[in-house]
Amino acid sequence: MTRKQRRLTLIGLAGLVLASAVGLILFALSDGIAFFATPSEIAANPPAPDRRLRLGGLVETGSVVKDGPKISFAVTDGKSAVPVRYTGMLPDLFREGQGVVAEGKVDATGYFQADTILAKHDETYMPKEVVEALKKSGEWRPEAEATGPEPKSVTR
Amino acid sequence: MIVELGHYALVLALALSIAGAVLPLYGALAGDRRLMGIAAPVSIALFVFVAASFAALTHAYLVSDFSVRNVVENSHSMKPLIFKISGVWGNHEGSMLLWVLILALFGALVAAFGNNLPMRLKALVLAVQSAIGTAFLLFILTTSNPFLRLVPAPVEGNDLNPVLQDIGLAIHPPLLYLGYVGCSISFAFAIAALIDGRIDAAWARWVRPWTLTAWIFLTLGIAMGSYWAYYELGWGGWWFWDPVENASFMPWLAATALLHSAVVMEKRDALKVWTILLAILTFSLSLLGTFLVRSGVLTSVHAFATDPTRGIFILVILCLFIGGSFSLFALRAGTLAQGGLFAPISREGSLVLNNLLLTAACATVLVGTLYPLALEALTGEKISVGAPFFDMTFGPLMVPLLIAVPFGPFLAWKRGDLLAACQRLFAAFAAVLLTIGVGLFFAGPSKALTFFGIALAVWLLVGSLSEFAFRIKLFRAPLAESFRRARGLPRAAFGMTLAHCGLGLTVLGIIVSTTWNTETITTMKPGESVTIGSRIVTLDGFLPVSGGTYTGTAARFTVREGGTTVATLAPEKRLYQVQNMPTTESAIHSFGLSQLYISLGDVKADGTTVVRIYYKVMILLIWLGAIVMALGGALSLSDRRLRVGAPKPARASAAVPAE
Repeated sequence: MTRKQRRLTLIGLAGLVLASAVGLILFALSDGIAFFATPSEIAANPPAPDRRLRLGGLVETGSVVKDGPKISFAVTDGKSAVPVRYTGMLPDLFREGQGVVAEGKVDATGYFQADTILAKHDETYMPKEVVEALKKSGEWRPEAEATGPEPKSVTR
Repeated sequence: MIVELGHYALVLALALSIAGAVLPLYGALAGDRRLMGIAAPVSIALFVFVAASFAALTHAYLVSDFSVRNVVENSHSMKPLIFKISGVWGNHEGSMLLWVLILALFGALVAAFGNNLPMRLKALVLAVQSAIGTAFLLFILTTSNPFLRLVPAPVEGNDLNPVLQDIGLAIHPPLLYLGYVGCSISFAFAIAALIDGRIDAAWARWVRPWTLTAWIFLTLGIAMGSYWAYYELGWGGWWFWDPVENASFMPWLAATALLHSAVVMEKRDALKVWTILLAILTFSLSLLGTFLVRSGVLTSVHAFATDPTRGIFILVILCLFIGGSFSLFALRAGTLAQGGLFAPISREGSLVLNNLLLTAACATVLVGTLYPLALEALTGEKISVGAPFFDMTFGPLMVPLLIAVPFGPFLAWKRGDLLAACQRLFAAFAAVLLTIGVGLFFAGPSKALTFFGIALAVWLLVGSLSEFAFRIKLFRAPLAESFRRARGLPRAAFGMTLAHCGLGLTVLGIIVSTTWNTETITTMKPGESVTIGSRIVTLDGFLPVSGGTYTGTAARFTVREGGTTVATLAPEKRLYQVQNMPTTESAIHSFGLSQLYISLGDVKADGTTVVRIYYKVMILLIWLGAIVMALGGALSLSDRRLRVGAPKPARASAAVPAE
C-alpha cells in the first residue's frame, strides 16, 4: 500500500467517524436536552407533553402537600404558578418560599411531573435559573434573597 | 509569622518560576549550556518553595489561625483533624495552591530523574513547565491569595461546606490533580519537541511513563470522585454527566488516546504529528476543566466562589497556552519527519481506530459541556444537557471501540491478518453467543439491549484474556511451558491485559447495576419492615448523634435474611450548626459486589420518615474495574523497557531506578 492510499484510507475512516459523531450530536441536540422555562412561560405557552423542561422559581408558600413519598407543590415566579408532582426524596434545603428547580415534563392534565428536584444548597445561595425567572417576572428582590458571596452548591 | 513566611515563599516561587521559564529557554535557543543547566536546580527549588508555602497554609489550618481570612471562611476549631488538613484544598485559594504544588512536583521529578534526557530537551521541558507555573502563581498571588489576613480576627471560623466534610475530600482532589496536572508533562514534552523541531521514538519512550503516571491517577481520581458522589449525595447515582465531571473525563479520554498513540510512535515511529497534537489537546482539556470548575461559569460543589476577575484571568491563561501551543503546532508540525508505513488492518491501524473513536467521543462530551454555555452567552437561552444527550452520543461511539479492543492486540504490526485474529478470538465469540443465548432464553427479548451490553463486557474480558492465553500458549503447550512463557512476558503485556479486563469489568458493572437496580421509596415507622428481594429491612428506631460541628439523628435498620440478622445500617440526618445546613448521610452495606443503600428523609415528631432503599446489583464492579485499569497501568509503568537507557540490572547488583 502506498503512502497516498494509506493517507486516503485514514482520511476516509476519520471522516466516517467524525460524520457519525456530528450526526449523533445533531440528533441528540434535538431530542436529548431540556430547555429552561419559567412558570409564566409555561402558563402562556403550554409546552408539548413530551418536551423535557427545567422549571425554575420559588416553592409557593402553603402549597406543599406530602403523602408519604408522593409530593405535590407549586412553583411560582410571583405571576403564575405551575403545579408540580414528584415522587421521592426532596433535597435537604427544599423549603416553602425558597428557590427550586424541577426537571421533568408537563403531562396532559397540566401537571408538571418532575423526576429531579434541585434546591439551593446552602443558606446564602439561590440557583441562577431561579434568579433569572424572578427577574423576568419582575419579582426579583435582591435584598430579600441575595445571591450570597459564597455560593457553594451541588447541582447534581 | 509562619503565614507571612508562606506568603513570601510563594512570591519567591513566582520569581523562581520566571527565571526557570526564561533562562533555560534562552539557553536552549542560544546553545548556552550553563543557562540550560540551571533548569533542573531551579525546578527543584521551585517545588521546595511552593511546598513550604503549602505547609505554611496547612499549619494555619491546623492551629485554626483565624486571623487568616481563608481559614476563617473555611474552617472551624471544632472540626476533626482530618478535615482541617483536607480543608486546606476544600476552597478555591487552597485548591489552586495544591494545583501549583503538584505542577511543581512533576517539574521537580523530571529535573531529578530525567538524567538520561538530552540536555536541550530537558531544559525546554522544564522551561515550559515553569512557564505554566508562572501563570498560575501569578493567578494565585493577584486574585486568589490564601494568605490574606483579617483584622480584627474573629473568634471562630465559618466552617467548611458540610458536603465536603468527608474522607473523600482527603483523597479525591489530590488524586485528580495528580492526573490533571500530570498531563502538563506530556504537554511540556510536546512543546519542547516542537521548539526543538526534532522528534523520534526515543521521545515517545520518555513521554509514555509520564502520561501513564498521569493517566493512572486520573483514572483513580475520577473513580474516587464518582464513588464519593454516590455515597454522599444520597441519590444513589454514580455519574451525572455534570459539567465538572465531564471536565475531568475529557482529559481522561484524550490521555487514553495519547497512551495508545505513543505506543505506535515508540514502536513504529509513526503518528508523530498526531501524538504531539494529542499531548497538547490533553493538557488543553485539563486547563479547560480548571477554567470551567474554578471560574464560576458553572455552579456546583466544585465552584467555590464567583469572582469575575478570576474567571477572566484563567480565561487569559487558557487562551495564552492553548492558543500559543496550537500556533506553534501549526508552524512547526509540518517540519516533523513522517514515520513508518502500515496497512489499515494492522496493530497501528487498530490503534488509529482507537484514537479516532476516543477523540470523537471526547468531542461529543466537549460539545455537550460547552453548548449550553455558548448558547446562553450568545442567545440568552438556557438549556440543560444531561444524561439523555450523552447516552445518545457517547454511547454509540463507545460500542465500536469496545468491539475493536480485543482485535487490536491480535493484529501484527505493519500488516495484520483479521481472519487469523478472528480464529484466535474463537473463545470470546463463543462466550458472547452463550451470553446472548442465555439472556434471550431466560429474560426474553425485552432485555435484549441489556444482554447486548453484557455480551460486550464478556467479549472484552474473554477477548483480552484470550490474547494473554495465546501468548503463553495456554493449553497448546505443557503447563510448565506456558508458565515459563508467562514469566518471560514483559510487564507491559500483563498491564495491557489487566487494563482491558478492568474496562470490561466497569462496563459489566454499569450495565448490570443500571438494569437490575431496585429503588424503594416508602414511609416507615419504628418497628415496620420492607422486603427487598430475599431480605427484610426493619427500622428499629432512632438515636441522636453528634460530632465535630454537627448534631443529628441516626436511624437504625436491621437487615434479616432467612431469620438471621445479616447487617445493620445507620443512615443519618445531620444539621451542621455553623452553616445551618442539613445534610443526608446514606448508609451502605455490601453483599459481595452488590450494595444495599439506605438514605433518610425528614424525621417527623411521631417517628415516621420517608426512606429510600436501593439495591444496586454488582455496582462495586464499576469502581473495581477502574482500580483494575489503574493497576494495569501501574504494572505497565514498572516495565523495564519504559525506562530509557536504564541499564539491565546485573545479576549481582540491584536495579538502578532511573526514569
